[in-house]
Amino acid sequence: MAMLAYKAPSTAEEAVQILAGASGRAKVLSGGTDLLVQLRSGRAKPELIVDIKKVPGISGIRERDGTFVIGAATSGAELGEHEGLKKAWPGVVEAANLIGSTQVQGRASLGGNLCNASPAADSVPALIAARATCIVVGGKGRREVPVESIATGPGRTSLAPDEFVLEFHLPKRPPRSADAYLRFIPRTEMDIAVVGAGVNLTLDAAGVVKDAHVALGAVAPTALLVPDAAKALMGRKLDETALAGLDAACRSACKPIDDKRGTIEYRVKVAGVMARRAAAIAYERAGERK
Amino acid sequence: MKKHHVSTTINGEPTEFLCEPQLTLLDVLRDQLQLTGSKEGCSSGDCGACSVIVDGRLVCSCLVLAVEADGRKVETIEGMSEGQELHPLQRKFLEHAALQCGFCTPGVLVAAKALLDRNPDPTEEETRYWLAGNLCRCTGYDKIVRAVLDAAAEMRAK
Repeated sequence: MAMLAYKAPSTAEEAVQILAGASGRAKVLSGGTDLLVQLRSGRAKPELIVDIKKVPGISGIRERDGTFVIGAATSGAELGEHEGLKKAWPGVVEAANLIGSTQVQGRASLGGNLCNASPAADSVPALIAARATCIVVGGKGRREVPVESIATGPGRTSLAPDEFVLEFHLPKRPPRSADAYLRFIPRTEMDIAVVGAGVNLTLDAAGVVKDAHVALGAVAPTALLVPDAAKALMGRKLDETALAGLDAACRSACKPIDDKRGTIEYRVKVAGVMARRAAAIAYERAGERK
Repeated sequence: MKKHHVSTTINGEPTEFLCEPQLTLLDVLRDQLQLTGSKEGCSSGDCGACSVIVDGRLVCSCLVLAVEADGRKVETIEGMSEGQELHPLQRKFLEHAALQCGFCTPGVLVAAKALLDRNPDPTEEETRYWLAGNLCRCTGYDKIVRAVLDAAAEMRAK
């Protein structure tokens, strides 16, 4: 590891000042499960590490009138232990809990998973399908942006050098509404997604899909929101026509790479299959919430 | 290079050290504090040989900067036995021969302790998933899982 400096600011303003002063040569540290690996390998060579875990509000889950605010440095383990969040957003929690081992879960954060900007980040498609937003703080103040606007390509984000993600906001849940996330990996655990699919559905009293959001991971340079896939589900029960439309829309949205985990052809096919299965789980969960 | 002064608690003992910011908690445990029970396997958080518990959370000490230990409570394999008396998990690992080369064993024991601390009666499946981040190339895991479940049963009976 290269020589570097470390700072742990105790307010968001101080963190922004430090980041601004480092003019791009700093890295933000949350759980460190990606950053420390990149430091070790030499892929990241910052001059300064800014540990944001002492910033107020950066950790923990707060429920406000049915909405959830999740600090960006909140670990996967904390998400998995929060009964209220698991009940309201099972897809988001199951996605975050798929990342790495128990040890990684103890540190890996939602904010880190997003800002590391891996196309295969598990929590990101689930957050996008959930219509989550994030609060970004920086020299120009605070802004609230949709999760899908952060990553711009593998390892790249839309954040300015003096900005970082402070927290995530999950909207209020309407009745008969639920989400699900599935990923495909060749093993049972501890691997990187070949394809990930997040589906978030709201049903009417008759079980017809009123609102839908579908997002895919690991099939393009960033996680994708797939509006056409959502459209295929809306106004129908989850019948074969709806599922076939979802499947086709997901396949045509894919722009994947060929690598050792899967070929382009395979990833495209599996994206449709994962979306179908995730939709079935979300539909069942939503139906149970009369 | 500015060194950071870190005040932490390791296995219940207040501990202070100076470290450069790029050092990991594992580096400092092994090279400065001579707590060499935590092993360096992969240095990328994949193998679990460096597992320690920080503020009640199981983590890989290779993925924690040593400066982050400031004000935290760290538990390592060295704190597991009470003097000469082995922890039930350690005893059951010997009884079941749940190790061969032993390199992964401290990490597996710390991880298993973290499991039993929060779930005294895990199923075999829960145990296998919990320990999925601890790689062992000798045992095939079966004896490890049996030893953990046996230790859990003994600890529940007391």
